[in-house]
Amino acid sequence: MTLRQAHEPDRQTAAADTATAVRATGVGKTFPTKAGEVVALTAVDLTVAAGEFVSLIGPSGCGKSTLLRLIADLDAASTGTLEIFGKPAPRARIDQDYGIAFQQAGLLPWRTVAANISLPLELHRVARDERRDRVSELAELVGLADFVDRYPDQLSGGMQQRVAIARALAARPRLLLMDEPFGALDEMTREYLQSELVRIAAETGAAVVFVTHSIPEAVFLSDRVVVMSPRPGRITTVVPTSLGVRDEALRESPAYFERVTAVREALHGAPRTRADER
Amino acid sequence: MTQTQTLRRARTAPEYGTWMPPAWLRVGAPIIVGILGLALWVLWVDVLGTAPRMLPGPVAIATELVARWGIIAEDMAVTATNALVGLVVGSVLAVVVAGLAAASRPVDGMVAPLVAAIAVVPIVALTPILNTMFGASSQFGRQAVAGLAAFVPVFVNVLRGLRQTRPVHRDVLRASAATGGQTFRTLTLPTALPYLMTGLRIASSLAVIAALVAEYFGGPADGIGTAIATYAKSGRAALAWAYVAGGILIGLSFFLVTALLERIVARRSPG
Repeated sequence: MTLRQAHEPDRQTAAADTATAVRATGVGKTFPTKAGEVVALTAVDLTVAAGEFVSLIGPSGCGKSTLLRLIADLDAASTGTLEIFGKPAPRARIDQDYGIAFQQAGLLPWRTVAANISLPLELHRVARDERRDRVSELAELVGLADFVDRYPDQLSGGMQQRVAIARALAARPRLLLMDEPFGALDEMTREYLQSELVRIAAETGAAVVFVTHSIPEAVFLSDRVVVMSPRPGRITTVVPTSLGVRDEALRESPAYFERVTAVREALHGAPRTRADER
Repeated sequence: MTQTQTLRRARTAPEYGTWMPPAWLRVGAPIIVGILGLALWVLWVDVLGTAPRMLPGPVAIATELVARWGIIAEDMAVTATNALVGLVVGSVLAVVVAGLAAASRPVDGMVAPLVAAIAVVPIVALTPILNTMFGASSQFGRQAVAGLAAFVPVFVNVLRGLRQTRPVHRDVLRASAATGGQTFRTLTLPTALPYLMTGLRIASSLAVIAALVAEYFGGPADGIGTAIATYAKSGRAALAWAYVAGGILIGLSFFLVTALLERIVARRSPG
């Protein structure tokens, strides 16, 4: 299934390859196991426009994390083609076209917050002064300006996750990949960080591909919610949200609940009366 | 991270049912035991006079230690140097070989049985051979024995440490397009560092013991071990024991330095 872009590129003059953040065509992934080949993902067609926020949602084993890892070139696709801003995935990874955050913050415990954020910049030999400026800019962006000299084990889980997001943004990527980044956090921290992420995505103008298994989270954050199903992992439906401004009032609005219901029905295949998501 | 946090919490707030003695008692208790032990020793040797002839009282040993400090210190320097040379060379070698084994499976396959073999060789048993090989005037045999003794614990720990990188950290570095060398410097090495320190702490004691015991099997006529053997044979019990005290001092200082290093490194280590 080919998905129509729901989002017009901001600049009409932009070349085609910069208007499309991710273009997946017929992407599949099989893992060899002792019991034979396991099909983790099959025939995925997905287009994410520049600046667009897309969530991947589905039950365990639907291949949503696998798809994200293929986009990030952490694993190689078995079939199909993947283009990130018009480049093959490995090229995009080497060019630092994307930043990535995982469910575990994955900070290096022997480095301070500042040194963790500047890690991608150090790896690409950015000058010391420039690194320092960029780190304070990013620490400001994620609201951790007062904590740059702390070590990760001195921070709460939510703060660690914000450091991880700052690190993902360090090289000014135009695409942010997130694999259940708030999955291990409590509900209040989670909602707070969702609002923060909406703000950060708007400020940086980066496209976001966001893996989650929370329906409200997907609806609140995304322009489009991509619903996936397992055995074999594939895309079943795409639910556009078109909810406009994302603020706290949205969480209470009927339009939001309507979209939540739509995604839930798409996930379960039939209308349900019980609110049992999450 | 969480693991060290729990450990730290466990240290300050004991679990229900365990009793933490106050600070003065924690420091005082071993001192009291030490004084009691010394008193019993004095009672046995000097008051009752029923101790074996080769066991002099603590006062006699301390007197010898002070009176002969000049020559004892000289011999301590010889043994300590042998142990240090062995420790450094053995550890450097162990780190290099462990690095190779971690980097390449074939090397690992070749080295693993070899190290297992070295680990079960009673290293001191090689000493007479090495001493004869390198001559009676060379310290090399002793240093080689200390080096062999230090090699195994450092190798085993470093190899384990080099394999402790977490998948999420590897993903982060790959996503940041880090080169192999950069990944090694920024992730693999810092992760392995606490393991290296643990290996060094174990190896330091082994190197001192090996260097000292090696002296019992010939070689040049200096060093703590040679002196202990000589004075024990000639019946100068107090002086022999004073040399034993010198050996304890070497072992203790090696242990304290490496334990301190381990602590400094462990403060910001993964876990």
